[in-house]
Amino acid sequence: MSVTVLPLRMPDLSRVTTVDEVGVNERVARFQSRSIKKDTKINALKLTLSMIDLTTLEGQDTAGKVRQLCQKAMHLHDAMPGLPSVAAVCVYPNMVGVAKDALSGTDINIASVATAFPSGMSSLDIKLEDTRMAVEAGANEIDMVISRGEFLAGNYQAVFDEIVAVKDACGDAHLKVILETGELKTLDRVRKASVLAMHAGADFIKTSTGKIQPAATMQVTLTMLQAIRDYYYDTGRMVGMKPAGGISNAKLAIHYLVMLHETLGNAWMTPEWFRFGASSLANDVLMQLMKQQTGVYQSADYFSKD
Amino acid sequence: MAAPENTLAFNDGWSYAPAPESTDHVRIKSRYDLFINGEFVRPASGKTFDTLNPATEQKLASVAEAGPADVDKAVKAAREAYRKVWSKMKPAERGKYLYRIARIIQERAREFAVIESMDGGKPIREARDVDIPLAAAHFFYYAGWADKLEYAFPNRNAKPLGVAGQIIPWNFPLLMAAWKIAPALACGNTVVLKPAETTPLTALKLAEVVADAGLPPGVVNIVTGAGETGAEIVNHPGIDKIAFTGSTDVGRLIQKALAGTRKKYTLELGGKAANIIFADAPIDQAVEGIVNGIFFNQGHVCCAGSRLFVQESVADEVVAKLKDRMQTLIVGNPLDKNTDIGAINSKGQLETIRDYLKIGKGEGAELFQPSCKLPRKGFWVPPTLFTGVSQSNRIVQEEIFGPVLAIQTFRTFEEGLEKANNTPYGLSGGVWTDKGAKIFKMTQGLRAGVIWANTFNKFDPTSPFGGYKESGVGREGGLHGLDAYLKLED
Amino acid sequence: MSRLSVAKTYKIYIGGKFPRTESGRYYRLENPAGELLANVCQGSRKDFRNAVVAARKAQPAWAKTSAYLRGQILYRIAEMLEGRRDQFVAELVAQGSTQRQADNEVDASIDRLVYFAGWSDKYQQVFSSVNPVSSSHFNFSVLEPSGVIAILAPEDTSLLGLVSNLAPAIVGGNTCVVLASETLPMCAISFAEVLHSSDVPGGVVNLLTGFREELAGQFASHMDVNAIVYCDASRKQEKDIQIAAADNIKRVISRTRSDWTDDAQDNPYLIRDTQEVKTTWHPIGT
Repeated sequence: MSVTVLPLRMPDLSRVTTVDEVGVNERVARFQSRSIKKDTKINALKLTLSMIDLTTLEGQDTAGKVRQLCQKAMHLHDAMPGLPSVAAVCVYPNMVGVAKDALSGTDINIASVATAFPSGMSSLDIKLEDTRMAVEAGANEIDMVISRGEFLAGNYQAVFDEIVAVKDACGDAHLKVILETGELKTLDRVRKASVLAMHAGADFIKTSTGKIQPAATMQVTLTMLQAIRDYYYDTGRMVGMKPAGGISNAKLAIHYLVMLHETLGNAWMTPEWFRFGASSLANDVLMQLMKQQTGVYQSADYFSKD
Repeated sequence: MAAPENTLAFNDGWSYAPAPESTDHVRIKSRYDLFINGEFVRPASGKTFDTLNPATEQKLASVAEAGPADVDKAVKAAREAYRKVWSKMKPAERGKYLYRIARIIQERAREFAVIESMDGGKPIREARDVDIPLAAAHFFYYAGWADKLEYAFPNRNAKPLGVAGQIIPWNFPLLMAAWKIAPALACGNTVVLKPAETTPLTALKLAEVVADAGLPPGVVNIVTGAGETGAEIVNHPGIDKIAFTGSTDVGRLIQKALAGTRKKYTLELGGKAANIIFADAPIDQAVEGIVNGIFFNQGHVCCAGSRLFVQESVADEVVAKLKDRMQTLIVGNPLDKNTDIGAINSKGQLETIRDYLKIGKGEGAELFQPSCKLPRKGFWVPPTLFTGVSQSNRIVQEEIFGPVLAIQTFRTFEEGLEKANNTPYGLSGGVWTDKGAKIFKMTQGLRAGVIWANTFNKFDPTSPFGGYKESGVGREGGLHGLDAYLKLED
Repeated sequence: MSRLSVAKTYKIYIGGKFPRTESGRYYRLENPAGELLANVCQGSRKDFRNAVVAARKAQPAWAKTSAYLRGQILYRIAEMLEGRRDQFVAELVAQGSTQRQADNEVDASIDRLVYFAGWSDKYQQVFSSVNPVSSSHFNFSVLEPSGVIAILAPEDTSLLGLVSNLAPAIVGGNTCVVLASETLPMCAISFAEVLHSSDVPGGVVNLLTGFREELAGQFASHMDVNAIVYCDASRKQEKDIQIAAADNIKRVISRTRSDWTDDAQDNPYLIRDTQEVKTTWHPIGT
């Protein structure tokens, strides 16, 4: 991983390139027209599994639910040998301890949302406290939300400062910055917010909380990947990407990987630099893998739902 | 942003497993005859020529070579059909035949796409997603005009011309046939169409469709052959109208040959389109537009954006991004669904392009091609950029008709516009900027018939297409395309 | 005691100026009685070349002149022609028309200018289109002037044929170089004086007198001329013109011997003849 230490400086957002929505739609259609077959497909499916942040972010979450989720993370489908484990489980801060216990002895990361997720509508102090609490409980990845209201009001400096502060509060934990693109609405804003977040020190940028529709789209993700690429061109620092919400089937996940590959190249094709935030994706990928192995179309009844 | 110091790697990582389109459902006969008066007939001379798959250099079929007697027979059949049937038919009924053709093309779309790809070398993705659906759409569009012509030209009485001779190129074989045949028939004309000698198969397949649709014999006649056959059509006294798509040189010859004959004509000729990128453009979409502009259909596109003008302040960035993008273009088997750039259409065209690559290097231009493995058999040119060029270079002035882009920079709006217009051609142009007022100033200033603002190489049956200056005379497509096949009387 | 009248020197009209032909040549124009009416400039190919340069230079600004203003200028030409009605009638009579024919021709010329003046801001609306393409783009087609138009005016009318071919070309934003009727050239030069006093920018209309046989080939072949309109050509002339025009794929518009007084000559399709269709695509998105 790149260890370049960059000064955190507010970027000049007026210099960020504009984005043409129709052009983005056309590009996305091209990725979707790629035909991924045979070994390429099997590899893509396995890679997808390894990139999943298996997520539960419900008001009804309990320790029991989280423990079940961690079991799933460790045992995706034991009937099929040679599968990777997922990259992380992603839970609320008060569930981090449960996840840490459940996952001890594995290399599955523990991601926690923080900063008054999902709305972010609280004071900075509380957001920082939320972050520290999650880190202290064992989270090594923090998924923060930006203040969309401040961003839409044009208070970019406030958004920047908040990310810098949260990054500081994260200590060694990786920071994923959620833009909540469904509330930013335009790709121009997505691009600007991406640039802002990266300059403020984000290790990853992430599309969505999953609580707002639309969540991740390929259009938004492409826009963010292109921002990541430009930032890398400029600084040499790699930033990761996490589309989250709405990616529920294997075919769509493969389209994302095609897009990732053709936009950022080989270096990003690992869980270190790309994650899917998803809850139901894993089983569909497993079904497709089983289909590839056996040649027989599968039923959801044969795959565990946790 | 200056040229990036940090580069991305696309090769030797993930690569896509072959995804060939199935050819099981495709039937290609070993020999194709001429389609005259509703049936396939042998040419009088008995001569045939071979049509090859340019990706494999393998022969696909023998095709009849039409001589003077065959062309004469076709024209006479068209005249008879015009006089006795087609010009007398209720316009709504003419339209219904066109709807039928459109439907049958849709039903057989996959077969058409595969043959188009095999015969011409274009990627199956393009044949499948662009050529064939657009061809069907053209028939649908003009079908509806057949009984509405009185609304197209106010205060005029629109009458058909008679027999239209139509000569089409090899870059979009079926689509060009549709562009030509659909409006001609809708307007009440009958046709004699000659496909290009390297890509006759989909036109001959279209003849099957025409027969299946039950079109009266002689309304559509398809004669195959090379330039001599085309000349027979141009010079035949029984022809009332010539529609030609091809090079400016041949167009000029045709215009001269038609002098004094009072035959009506439309010419869709060459181009050397400017694609102009301003600093405030949506850069990533502009890069995509550049790629689409010059590498679509291997650059075998008369309206290709073959001259790129980038505003100096973003030139390094745009070129660097373009190069990275080009690393991801997949060149190879046209029938593979993931292929972006297929085979060059013919050996002759391959040599032309290679000559220009030499000329460009000789002129001191800097050549860039991404590393890509090309198949051993077949005709291939990797996507190519030339930087360090100027208006005085031949690779900037002349139409190459291949995947070769000449890149220049400009500083001001006026300089960009002046350089863009500094060409005898005027078919198309592109402009990329986020500023609306600037778009309109540029789109109004460019002397060309089709202007794409923040997009490139878009086509639609409702959208008139055709050039200014040496890029041609007349329009095809849309309401304006009807004019080419009608007399407008008081 | 009678006063000796002052005879007018008939010169050509290039770039808003009235030079003599650079060649120094002239030809005698006589009335039917054989009396000298004027020594008319026998324009040369160099005159034509200069006229094309002037027309090309004037074209962009004329095309950008608002449709409303172009209409006003054409109407102004009609006004000025009306004001000099008697002079044109006299010239037509001198060239052999009857009084009644001359009156009719001048009236019709004035009315035709008014007719085309009125089209200036309307033909675009009639002939342009918004095209409902399937993709997410706004697509429209508009007319734009072809550019520089060479016009070989009808031979058998001194004024009306000239006006009928010139008005539709310039109202559409083209500039032009016109070769007047060889046998009836007088009104053309007087008409240039009308143009000169009618707010028509210099170079928009350039008028030459001379021999068609000598100049038609130049008009047809010039590489900086975008279209040629020729009237009343013989089959041989027509063929030669069309062959020469192909050198730069000129638009070739043939107007065969017509009754220029016919109301059917009042139609916007004459404007459309020297227009190009430009289609513009633009994405619709945020």
